[in-house]
Amino acid sequence: MKSISNKLASLLSNAGIWAGAWAGTTALSAAHAVNDLPGGPSVRQLNLAPAVTKIAEEQHWLHLFMMILCTVIFIAVFAVMFYSIWKHRKSVGHKAANFHESVTVEVIWTIVPFIIVIFMALPATKVLVASKDTTNADLTIKATGYQWKWGYDYIKGEGEGIGFISTLDVTHREMSNNGAKGDVPDDYLLKVDNPLVVPVNKKVRIITTANDVIHAFAVPAFGIKQDAIPGFVRDTWFKAEKVGDFYGQCQELCGKEHAYMPIHVKVVSGEDYAKWVDGERKKAAAKLDDPNKVWTLDDIMKRGEKVYASNCAACHQANGKGAGPIKPLDASPIVLDADHTKQIDTLLQGRNNGAMPSWKALSDTDIAAVISYTKNSWSNKTGQLVQPAEVKAERSK
Amino acid sequence: MSAVLDHHDHAHDDHHDHAPTGWRRWVFATNHKDIGTLYLLFSFTMLMIGGVLALLIRAELFEPGLQIVNPELFNQLTTMHGLIMVFGAIMPAFVGFANWMIPLQIGAADMAFARMNNFSFWLMIPAALMLVGSFFMPGGAPAAGWTLYAPLTLQMGPSMDAGIFAMHILGASSIMGSINIIVTILNMRAPGMTLMKMPMFCWTWLITAYLLIAVMPVLAGAITMTLTDRHFHTSFFNPAGGGDPVMYQHVLWFFGHPEVYIMILPAFGIVSQVVPAFARKRLFGYTSMVYATSSIAILSFIVWAHHMYTTGMPVTGQLFFMYATMLISVPTGVKVFNWLATMWRGSMTFEAPMLWAVGFIFVFTMGGFTGLICSMAPIDIQLQDTYYVVAHFHYVLVAGSLFGMFSGYYYWSPKWTGVMYSETRGKIHFWSSLVFFNVTFFPMHFLGLAGMPRRVADYPMQFADFNALASIGALGFGLTQVFFLVFVVFPGMRGKGEPAPQRPWEGAEGLEWEVPSPAPWHTYETPPKLDRSATKVIG
Repeated sequence: MKSISNKLASLLSNAGIWAGAWAGTTALSAAHAVNDLPGGPSVRQLNLAPAVTKIAEEQHWLHLFMMILCTVIFIAVFAVMFYSIWKHRKSVGHKAANFHESVTVEVIWTIVPFIIVIFMALPATKVLVASKDTTNADLTIKATGYQWKWGYDYIKGEGEGIGFISTLDVTHREMSNNGAKGDVPDDYLLKVDNPLVVPVNKKVRIITTANDVIHAFAVPAFGIKQDAIPGFVRDTWFKAEKVGDFYGQCQELCGKEHAYMPIHVKVVSGEDYAKWVDGERKKAAAKLDDPNKVWTLDDIMKRGEKVYASNCAACHQANGKGAGPIKPLDASPIVLDADHTKQIDTLLQGRNNGAMPSWKALSDTDIAAVISYTKNSWSNKTGQLVQPAEVKAERSK
Repeated sequence: MSAVLDHHDHAHDDHHDHAPTGWRRWVFATNHKDIGTLYLLFSFTMLMIGGVLALLIRAELFEPGLQIVNPELFNQLTTMHGLIMVFGAIMPAFVGFANWMIPLQIGAADMAFARMNNFSFWLMIPAALMLVGSFFMPGGAPAAGWTLYAPLTLQMGPSMDAGIFAMHILGASSIMGSINIIVTILNMRAPGMTLMKMPMFCWTWLITAYLLIAVMPVLAGAITMTLTDRHFHTSFFNPAGGGDPVMYQHVLWFFGHPEVYIMILPAFGIVSQVVPAFARKRLFGYTSMVYATSSIAILSFIVWAHHMYTTGMPVTGQLFFMYATMLISVPTGVKVFNWLATMWRGSMTFEAPMLWAVGFIFVFTMGGFTGLICSMAPIDIQLQDTYYVVAHFHYVLVAGSLFGMFSGYYYWSPKWTGVMYSETRGKIHFWSSLVFFNVTFFPMHFLGLAGMPRRVADYPMQFADFNALASIGALGFGLTQVFFLVFVVFPGMRGKGEPAPQRPWEGAEGLEWEVPSPAPWHTYETPPKLDRSATKVIG
């Protein structure tokens, strides 16, 4: 609470400065020199993101049509009301009339809006039916929501078998903690380590599911948003018509890091896509870890540090101290224990109803590496080394 | 009937002799006016607490990056802001209005079940303490959003259980309040006060009370299943055991959609009384207003899944819920047209109640139109769970329910306190609320269209300017409500101001204006004889 009040005090002093600065309309953006992010949000964007799919274009049109219709009705109704407010005031000597019922009028203003509503429903039906047709996809990708990252698996089509995890750039998460001060990049909170790569002009079907709680896969420029629900498989589709980078964010509250699980889709030409698939295949073959390999402490610490930074640091912090309900790893009895199975089991199964999620999606080598890392970092100086084979053995129990 | 009344007459003298004083008057309160006052004070306190949480949210979102709260606390703030405002502020406030005004408007001596009335109020205190106190429990307050979606609720700490228990108690209190209102309206109207002569406020509350009885048990069921999933290894909603998290959403929104009408229909009722009073002309289309309100209530049961377009319903399901939702705009439109026709060729003056009522119609209609836009499934795919939705429901709940209540406060407070509020202060309150409300929530439409998700503690830099603007507006809106408390409510409670005449408004009609100001502790102990319009006492 004390730190909150300190921060509140500093915020209040800031607020005065900012409120003053707001008089010059662009003060905030000038201070941070923010630019539009192509494929992502623009500075002070007023309307839907520029469409790169037919469906998104249709949504734009539908939205514009509704806006015009609603604005016209709004102006018409309130013009009448304000005319009445102006003319039918007591202060200008208007005497009240005595009418208070008219079945004809009531019927008219029930029927007319009803017809207008039907008029609105027709184009909406057309767009909706088109947007729900996920058949005949060229490429099928499964997007799995994890707390708090996206897993992408290429299920069918060119690139079948590729799979990877996509996480917010660690430096952006740190920037957020530091109050996003200084030189903040335009893709703040939207930059990921491994973007989803798809070919242009191909129908891509996205199957969504989740590992823990409900997330939502959304890319505004494509006009798609689909909840990713644990235990269920749902789908949506898009056919991007432009090459480029497109961004979205998780749109369903999924816990504390909800703001930090962006979606970055890279749309590339057919050729580039083929090259990318080829590259991924080679990388995968090279990276394929032999779970029976025996590691040295130095090598496995280096690997573990990376695994820790992209998976664990968000909650347990880079210093291993945890925060609030998040348990510290530094000096944790489980981490220090000579019996490795306790910690391996914690990572594989999760703890506290998923507050500490299960990490069984990570490879044996990654789990062994991160455990070895925590056992030999900060004040933990156990010298213990966990080999992938131990994780493999524990996993098969 | 007459035997009962005679008996009442006897009891009457005793009543006056033993009128409790001091704290006993409030703790043992059975008088509908005292209980109404308690409800209103309670809900205003909760409004202030919920408002402080809202300002903390807006302070954090004032600029990008985390400054004053961490993401865990941020989620607790958004969750508790929602729960406190819905269950602690808006709903009890309308029950307070109902307690004060329904017996006065129908010529009844009190509510039907006076002791249950006391119980339903005092039940809310422990519930509120438990709800607010959950911030101090290990792990902090519930942080799964006010909709408490599973399976996120299954990850929450012990405060989730406290929250669920508090919801149960508040639900029980609401159900008791509703039963009391229904029985009072159906059985205790003065002779000659037929249903179709009843003031609109009583009508809208009668319909609201039925909605409450129908849906509060549904909410109780949903959160009880969450509770057993959390502790007794059931798997209603837990996918790890084969449960269905989407089922939770269906059950919650089967409660949740009627709930939004529970929060708006009484405000419709207040506005339907204020507009004719200040237009000095009878309400246009009384009968159609009653039918429109009933239609809205019935339709509200078949539109729930429009909150769930992105869960991946089959296309036929989406179409059904889209059509049904769009249909609600028809009776809602009828209400707006009726208010307009009431004003047309009237003789209008614009004292504070009328300003709030006109402000209500103006801003609520904007919320209605954004609702129509959200109802269209293909557009909603873009807007679901973005700030557009936040803007939409604050336009209907703040500019709708809250503005309606302020209109009601200024309209009826002379009858409650016996003094007139200061017209200048009422106008300051209205105009600054209207301006700051729009400064806060209008930019959120743009943020939503641009894709900013709701319930995020931090956001991309491009969203910064509109967020800063919204935060400034929120601070102004909050301070305006403190102004209302200090400069309008407190003087009224202390009896400072011009003494209010029995009928302070030239065009006001109804039985509440047939008793002196302030209304005596007991009114209509014997049923009044009414004129043909059932708006005047003739003997």
